[in-house]
Amino acid sequence: MSEPATPEASADADADTDATGRTDTDEQAAQRHEAATRVPGTGADAVVASLEAAGVETAFGVQGGAIMPVYDALSASTVDHITMAHEQGAVHAADAYGIVRGDPGVCMATSGPGATNLVTGIADASMDSDAMLALTGQVPSTMVGSDAFQETDTVGVTAPITKHNYFASDSDDVGRTVGEAFALANTGRPGPTLVDLPKDVTFGETDRPVGEPTPPKRSVPDPEADEEQVEAAARAIEQAERPLCLFGGGVIKGDATEEARAFAREFGIPVVTTMPGIGSFPEDDDLCLSWAGMHGTGYANMAITHTDCLIAVGTRFDDRLTGGVDTFAPEAEVVHVDIDPAEISKNVHADYPVVGDAATVIDQLDAAIGYAEAPDPEEWRAQCAEWREEYPMDYAIDADEPVRPEFVVEAFDAASDDDAYVTTGVGQHQMWAAQYWTYRHPRTFVSSHGLGTMGYGLPAAIGARIAADDDRQVISFEGDGSFLMTIQELSVAVRENLDITVVVLNNEYIGMVRQWQDAFFEGNHMASDYDWMPEFDTLAEAFGAKGFRIDDYDDVEDAVEGALAYDGPSVVDAHIDPEANVYPMVASGAANGLFALSEDQL
Amino acid sequence: MSREAERNEAAEETQDATTDGGTTHPAESPLTERARPADEEKPTTGLSGPRPEERPHPTGRRDEHGVRKEPDHGPEPTRRATVSALVEDEPGVLARAAGLFRRRQFNIESLTVGPTTVEGHSRITLVVEETEAGIDQAKKQLAKLTPVIAVGELSDDAVAAELVLLKVRGQEPDKVHAITSMYDGQTLDAGPRTITVQITGDENQIDDAIDAFHQFGIIEMARTGQTALERGDSPTTPGEEPGHSADDTEDDEFTNYDD
Repeated sequence: MSEPATPEASADADADTDATGRTDTDEQAAQRHEAATRVPGTGADAVVASLEAAGVETAFGVQGGAIMPVYDALSASTVDHITMAHEQGAVHAADAYGIVRGDPGVCMATSGPGATNLVTGIADASMDSDAMLALTGQVPSTMVGSDAFQETDTVGVTAPITKHNYFASDSDDVGRTVGEAFALANTGRPGPTLVDLPKDVTFGETDRPVGEPTPPKRSVPDPEADEEQVEAAARAIEQAERPLCLFGGGVIKGDATEEARAFAREFGIPVVTTMPGIGSFPEDDDLCLSWAGMHGTGYANMAITHTDCLIAVGTRFDDRLTGGVDTFAPEAEVVHVDIDPAEISKNVHADYPVVGDAATVIDQLDAAIGYAEAPDPEEWRAQCAEWREEYPMDYAIDADEPVRPEFVVEAFDAASDDDAYVTTGVGQHQMWAAQYWTYRHPRTFVSSHGLGTMGYGLPAAIGARIAADDDRQVISFEGDGSFLMTIQELSVAVRENLDITVVVLNNEYIGMVRQWQDAFFEGNHMASDYDWMPEFDTLAEAFGAKGFRIDDYDDVEDAVEGALAYDGPSVVDAHIDPEANVYPMVASGAANGLFALSEDQL
Repeated sequence: MSREAERNEAAEETQDATTDGGTTHPAESPLTERARPADEEKPTTGLSGPRPEERPHPTGRRDEHGVRKEPDHGPEPTRRATVSALVEDEPGVLARAAGLFRRRQFNIESLTVGPTTVEGHSRITLVVEETEAGIDQAKKQLAKLTPVIAVGELSDDAVAAELVLLKVRGQEPDKVHAITSMYDGQTLDAGPRTITVQITGDENQIDDAIDAFHQFGIIEMARTGQTALERGDSPTTPGEEPGHSADDTEDDEFTNYDD
């Protein structure tokens, strides 16, 4: 099983991340081999053997009728099972576990409502290309199609939101199918896969060993890019006067942060990231302009607007990044590196497509760029530095006013370790957590990007906590609206005594909606006013967690220190300025360069 | 202390600005630094910086496909493409392909599916009407489906055929028969009230035939949609290996294009 990436203590500029390659001990390898060659008794035994053969250590799920045979077999397995309060908790926890580990997370649910409760999290993983395996119970094959009790067409429902899904139809094959699904999830462009397990198939007898998890041969892409593509892209980069690296989530998923950092530093090319790409490049590095897009920094959006050569790696040019495509990097030659050829020219035309694995391709590009011709865009770097001065992310504090959310984020950042994991829900609090926390390492920002799933943060913190080394801190920023959506998972954190710190940036609104209503709906706060919120600190205590409360600046220090020091789940109910809004902001479909710095500019 | 100042300080501390994995705290806690009345340089709402109209803006633009465009670029024309996909013959593969086209709003004219010479493989033939970028995207997304072995777009001179069954009023059997012969069709059923004929041919021939039969009054019609193969030696879908449903032999001997 691979270890989570840990920053190495090293003075070497290029060795500040650790790739999450699978590093089995001899014992682990022997265990996996034993599972692969073991003679199972039933289909359910084969499913579990397949998980063990894949090196799965933890699964998250909720029991139920149709999945019971699998759970029964799991009770005798080396795979730990974390029972969650709701299947949505299980799927988000598995998702975050996978993000932190760099291996697919595994979630399980029964048929019908169990499976449909996974749907949001599977869609989330699909949008963010997170490797994940979902196992769902199903009514017996003989009853499929009869609208039996707790029957849902899970394969049909999840087809559009999985990389691929399988309906297991044979006890002899089900183990191999699960192995294939696991391997496929992490092959090429990662994504969620699902295996639907009818009860008669898992109950049925089989003596067929499951073998090593193997993806379908056709699904394994060539990591190397075509030499001509590389050469063409290299020439374009050499000729650039204002080159800009755009590192997306694919840089992190492809374990290419080391190569990406070395590349940018070698040629002195400024870097912006996408939101999922946060942590691919240290945000305290002079070359880093943080992240671009709707709520990205002014300087990142200026750079992306004025670059003449955009070196985009592992990004799908989501509309939150590009704003209106017509005005996106309008003068840039686009070099687009991606493992998925279908992403090339999907949203933004790639002048120089380079299809391959991020780490491999960056090395190929690096080798192809001639040293004599290598860019060293000094003026451009100075220009970017100037923009950073012009558009600072600074804000004023007034001790008599309500607490600013940015301040709370920065206070936790200052008091926690550099390599802490941050998970978030979705909304204003997510943007502040992304803007005002300085990320230095890949996989440390665990969030719901493409789908924008409120309620992601707490279950993700549980998954991240279980995946991470014990000495790494896990902090979850939540909004009041987000937190209430999956708050039941706090019972799991208490039961497992997980050392997580939940920080609720509580403005008694679904604040991002309120911000839009103020800007575009004449301040009509229809259904966004959440003045009915419970006392989250008291509620946390009712769950058996530790509660803290922030009402003004004087409370911050004690709450931060107390919550971080508490060995177990703690909840900080931070009552922030209810009028605080997220800036910069690029209006939907507008030009990135027209980012608003305050409401009157929208 | 501003983030910028912190960043500069951090950069001065470490020449190459790398982290050592240890904990670094700012020289002053943000609490002591910030918890004081607002200074005039920092805004209390929003952020400071040049307003949108005070910034430089590039003049270039992209079109709806993200291609940098010439100033007088009009709407992009669509064209018809016939796409052939060799697929694993497993349950749901057709639903996956059809669902993909619905979900991504590719404009699909027809879709046919049938077996190939290889056990366990099927061929799906699709006709799409899309822009160049749309056709490219449709082919790539189709190729991404796990059960899809290979995808090819047929050239203009590929052979294509379609079948239509027409049920027309039977008052003028001789005339109906004449038109049927003209289109090399067959009469499948003839009664006193209705006549049913079968016509095969390329899309234009079928369209013409339907027009010709309108004079008799078409009661019902069933049309298959187009199926097609590449002419001569060219394979219809690019060279592919046997899928895992077929026998996985390391046999390089050429047998047929569907292998």
